[in-house]
Amino acid sequence: MKIRLIFFGILALALVIASYFSEYLCPYDPYLQDLGNAKAVPSAAHIFGTDRYGRDMLSRVIVGSKTSIYSTLLLVAFITVLGTMIGVFCAWKGTWVDTVLMRISDVFLAFPGLVFALAVAAALGGGVHNAIIALGAISWPKYARVARSETLAQKETVYLRAAKLSGCGTWKLIFKHILPNITGPILVTAMLDIGTMMMELAGLSFLGLGAKPPVAEWGSMMSDTRNLLTTHPWVTLAPGCAIFVSVMIFNLLGDTVRDWLDPRNGR
Amino acid sequence: MTEVIRYEHVDISYKGKRVVHDVSFSVEKGEILGIVGESGSGKSTLIKAAMGLLGKDGLVTRGDIWYKGMDLPDLKPREMRKLCGTELGMIFQTAGSSFCPIRTVRAQLYEFMTEHKKIKADVFENQAEELLEKFGFEDPKRVLDSYPFELSGGMQQRVGIAAAMLLNPKILMADEPTSALDVTVQKQVVEEMLMVRETFGTSIVLVTHNMGVIRAMADKVLILHEGEIMEYGVTEEVFEHPESVYTKKLLAAVPKLRR
Amino acid sequence: MKKYVLHRFLQLIPILLGITFLSFAMMRLAGSDVVTEMYQNRGTEVSQEIIDAKRAELGLDQPFLIQYGRWLGGMLTGDMGESYMTGKPVFPTFLSKLPATLLLTALSIILTILVSIPFGILAAVTHDKIPDLILRFFSFIGNALPNFFVAMLLMQLLSIKLQLLPVISDGVTLKSAWMPALTLAVSMSAKYMRQVRAAVLEEWNKDYVQGARARGVRSRVILWKNVMKSSMLTIITLLALSIGNLLGGTAIIESIFMWDGVGKLAVDAITMRDYPVIQAYVVWMAIIYVLVNLITDLLYHRLDPRIRLGVTKG
Repeated sequence: MKIRLIFFGILALALVIASYFSEYLCPYDPYLQDLGNAKAVPSAAHIFGTDRYGRDMLSRVIVGSKTSIYSTLLLVAFITVLGTMIGVFCAWKGTWVDTVLMRISDVFLAFPGLVFALAVAAALGGGVHNAIIALGAISWPKYARVARSETLAQKETVYLRAAKLSGCGTWKLIFKHILPNITGPILVTAMLDIGTMMMELAGLSFLGLGAKPPVAEWGSMMSDTRNLLTTHPWVTLAPGCAIFVSVMIFNLLGDTVRDWLDPRNGR
Repeated sequence: MTEVIRYEHVDISYKGKRVVHDVSFSVEKGEILGIVGESGSGKSTLIKAAMGLLGKDGLVTRGDIWYKGMDLPDLKPREMRKLCGTELGMIFQTAGSSFCPIRTVRAQLYEFMTEHKKIKADVFENQAEELLEKFGFEDPKRVLDSYPFELSGGMQQRVGIAAAMLLNPKILMADEPTSALDVTVQKQVVEEMLMVRETFGTSIVLVTHNMGVIRAMADKVLILHEGEIMEYGVTEEVFEHPESVYTKKLLAAVPKLRR
Repeated sequence: MKKYVLHRFLQLIPILLGITFLSFAMMRLAGSDVVTEMYQNRGTEVSQEIIDAKRAELGLDQPFLIQYGRWLGGMLTGDMGESYMTGKPVFPTFLSKLPATLLLTALSIILTILVSIPFGILAAVTHDKIPDLILRFFSFIGNALPNFFVAMLLMQLLSIKLQLLPVISDGVTLKSAWMPALTLAVSMSAKYMRQVRAAVLEEWNKDYVQGARARGVRSRVILWKNVMKSSMLTIITLLALSIGNLLGGTAIIESIFMWDGVGKLAVDAITMRDYPVIQAYVVWMAIIYVLVNLITDLLYHRLDPRIRLGVTKG
């Protein structure tokens, strides 16, 4: 179990670091056009071949990781923090603030999956940033819900009452006692969400609502090259496989973290 | 008296770890054997082994459990199934959770019967009602109509015993049948089991950590500690003149017991 | 039960108000000046007077909340404005495209059920043995594939290599529906099979299974009559929840396969900034989703005797 955790953790970390330094890792300039060498079949020089402008696909896939992986992680980190803050706040405050915020989250949860994200993206216009805002808008309620119910459970524990009675201040209670105890479930939710978010971000880009060509992003690259699928499948399949592999690594890591934190497994 | 079931040098391991070691005993017709021990002493495992309920992690690694010339751990699941319910009955700590929560008692008892023999619904109805009446239920129809969760804890337990007796098994394996109940209800359940022995001549293997219940019911008692037999003998003698150190400590730990 | 139904319907009101308000506000903020937008889209130059007149006609000079009230009133009578692009009323257009999406959704749900329920059960009963491991492997792969990628793989395989099904739909026919439905079903089955497996496994480990075994009931009977009956409740609920993902997912798949449903309508509208159409899509999809969830919830209450008989503790 522990070995699995370390293995996938390192794999995912490597992916993240690679995506951060992606510019320095690609063999060619991902935006350099070479029309003389367009739609080249995969070869030693161009492992994934080249697209219709003669751009090296491998380099584009590598650079694409910056948007796809790095942005997704930022997004997940952001909504995790935001959602947790809202959830803890609601649980701690109670009263009408809680009711109002939870009703609002109900409304957000009432929109089916990507429908709302489509609407937000449409309202704000294209671009990676707007796509991220759109996905953030549909996913914070989930975190707020988890954080809220976990905090409520913690509030009822004997040790917290004891801490409170012994004169522990609100902030100290929240930061020292509540947050450390609710991070587990929230972390699991977040880890398992990374893959989904990655796919949804790519989906929005695929529709032209996220990253736009020529920016290298896996979803938009696939959309951009999809009419080459019949004749030059590698151009489309390369970014597709990149999404597949990264989602799989993060899902495996998420599953491992969940199993690891599951009290039934008795670490 | 005739011997009904005999354990011979039984070893049981769970997930590769030995939990029961070299246990031998036998139960005669109409006899009540109490098996006492702390939780984790392997006492429930002993009766589960006879019922084939050890699950995929548990295994009888040595010894035999003889019933009517059959070695129970060696039986194929298909043969074992036919014995369960008809020859060997079982009652659980919480009988309520031994029934599926979203089906009525009637549906489940009928299913139980039809799994073992062909029977018409109205014949079953009469038999079940008659049996429940014997167990002191005034309105058997209502009990049969109920979902398990609609009955109180004590009622559930009594229905559990009645259900186990539906096909008149020779042995009743009782796994902590009183532990989850209030003291007043405990008494009722103890009387019920004594009645079963009286009317049906059933042998009972009673697993519990409650010394009071043992003293009230068991003819013989077997004291189990960490999977090994500490003492095995007639209840009166074990209680009055315990031989092993462990038994003495166990008896000393129990508050005054007088019948 | 009656009281519960009433309670649920009352709960629906603030949710529906929230949905409509949010959809309205978002589109109004986006298309801040609807009138200029409208004329720009139609490609005609107009004077300021005409614009002002049109604004007054549409009530855009009124305060925001009054505009929302009017819009809501219009929505209830089936008037959701006109498309900037075609000038046709939005609601009838939406309604005319809805059957295609419903057909696609229904077909993919049926495919999903046919695949994931039997395999999910198989995986649960062969827990940690070979069939379970194989099925889990496939479900894992499916979970990591975005549906547009699945679409392309299926196109490559079924349409181009094997030439079994048409790549692009030629109208709303059952034959053209197979490809998009299959695509949606692949992604959904992968997720759903996992959930079915978990639900069955949870029931399978409950005490009553051991109780039934001790009574000598055959495994087959325990599984089909007891375990399945209990886990069906969870399975139905989970299915309804995944319908939400499906409704959102159709948009991408419909536009890939040129399937003429509301999803494609919306995606086209987004590229054209045709806000009334997007608005109608968002509001109605959310309403459909909320209603599906409500029906599931009521069904759950109907089926579970513990809740039906008002016993809170099992």
